[in-house]
Amino acid sequence: MIVLLGVLVVILGFATRRNPLLVVGVAGIATGLLAKLSPQEILAAFGDGFASSRSVTIFVITLPVIGLLERNGLQEQARTLIGRLGKLTTGRFLALYLALRQLTAALGLTSIGGPAQSVRPMVAPMAEGAAERRHGPLPERVRERVRSYSASADTVGLFFGEDCFLAIGSILLITGFVNTTYHTHLEPLQLALWAIPTAVCAFLIHGFRLLRLDRSLDHDLAAPGGRSAAEGSRTAEEAK
Amino acid sequence: MIKAEWFYWLVGAVFLAMAAQMAVDRSNPKRLGSAAFWGLLGGCFFYSSWVVEKKAPAEPLGVAVLAMVCLGGFQLTGRGVPNTTTPEQRTATAARLGSKLFVPALTIPLVAVVCASAVKHWHIGGEPVLEEGSETILGLGFGAIAGLLVAMVVVRERRPSVPLHAGRSLLESMGWALLLPQLLAVLGSIFQVAGVGTQVGKITEQLLPDGQKYIAVAVYCVGMALFTIIMGNAFAAFPVMTAAIGWPVLIQQMHGDPPVVLAVGMLAGFCGTLVTPMAANFNLVPAALLELKDQYGPIKAQIPTAGALLVCNIAIISLFAF
Repeated sequence: MIVLLGVLVVILGFATRRNPLLVVGVAGIATGLLAKLSPQEILAAFGDGFASSRSVTIFVITLPVIGLLERNGLQEQARTLIGRLGKLTTGRFLALYLALRQLTAALGLTSIGGPAQSVRPMVAPMAEGAAERRHGPLPERVRERVRSYSASADTVGLFFGEDCFLAIGSILLITGFVNTTYHTHLEPLQLALWAIPTAVCAFLIHGFRLLRLDRSLDHDLAAPGGRSAAEGSRTAEEAK
Repeated sequence: MIKAEWFYWLVGAVFLAMAAQMAVDRSNPKRLGSAAFWGLLGGCFFYSSWVVEKKAPAEPLGVAVLAMVCLGGFQLTGRGVPNTTTPEQRTATAARLGSKLFVPALTIPLVAVVCASAVKHWHIGGEPVLEEGSETILGLGFGAIAGLLVAMVVVRERRPSVPLHAGRSLLESMGWALLLPQLLAVLGSIFQVAGVGTQVGKITEQLLPDGQKYIAVAVYCVGMALFTIIMGNAFAAFPVMTAAIGWPVLIQQMHGDPPVVLAVGMLAGFCGTLVTPMAANFNLVPAALLELKDQYGPIKAQIPTAGALLVCNIAIISLFAF
């Protein structure tokens, strides 16, 4: 029972926002001591654990390729590509981005998107722009909601796309852990295939909610004043 | 036969080369700490080969891991000023190269999948070409090398130092966080040695009516989500819940299909990641980047999806694993 205190160390460490490396290191040592391992055995556990989990870190080998491509405008090209889809409503645009994000992540291209690389510079401005085109200037509360949904499309797309790619950290972690602990033999490909049903559910559920965002924006902004502001901006835009 | 260990040595060599570059990078205020961190990591990739084969003791490796924890944990690593192209140059090359830029990036997963499915069955003189059980890892390695060659042709770059520098900038921007998934896997195996999973399993066995497989599935999935909410990371929750319920109850006792149970179990954990502020890099960082007043805005947008998906995951295991 007492070894469960190791879990408590992790909870407290993360709850008090300590550096995660230190939290995990201290929790490992504490758990080892509580289980009455000797210091040598604890060091050996750290060493053995590191050696058998190296596969989690090998994606580093792809960084030179991605870095070289980014130097030569990979993100700019992605922006151009997404820019061609600019004439959509907020919900449809975000649902489309969700699909793109899931598909590229499923091909292993997880670093194409992300809050810093794509959401802030491209996705959120385009989602807001689509809402403004339809409704005119957005109240602060609505703007926050559109931005929050933009971030959610990216995160949900990444989480439930990447596991369909077999060389991703979580898949390799599953095979690494299970194969070493239970002396069995699991193939990453089998696990990646079984990530597909959940990926489809994620797309249907979150996609539906993103499409419904359009209707709730219509509803919220159709109130008197909202409508006229929308009309005003539309004529203003046409006048340009 | 091509061995997985050779590929680990290549990764280790890349870390060592990047560490050497960092050691002489005067634009990095913490260049010695950074070089020590990544150099140790590279060295550990080599030394681990002998630990895996039981030809060397694991204790020195444990000391090195704790040294990296201290270097990263006490903020002794930093990043230099990246030597890269200007936004104008990038827009110009993007306009010139167009969607050809995606080809090298797509080469990596393509080669990886081909190795894991086709090359896996190739034999030379009765021996498999790729080490058995490591086809995926080797596929990623060949994919990365092929992708790099294609990329150098596409962007007409001759100097190998350029991609190495570019990769190092990405490495420095990720920093010590790169070690975290591996360290969480280590923590999981220590929890395993210490019997944390067995303890959680004993508690659930007392609470769980015997032979109720749908309830057991629900407990595994909800437990994955809850542990992930607490720890902020499904990677840390996975070994605990799998040792507690996933393996002993769902797979051994009830004969569930391991790939379904484990793959979907991990995804149940991801439902927890969607709703926890502990997963700061996914939930709080976007709120900060988008300048939201409500830092929980993204989490609120994700809660209904996470709840519905958790139900889907329970249903998927219940339907397909037995």
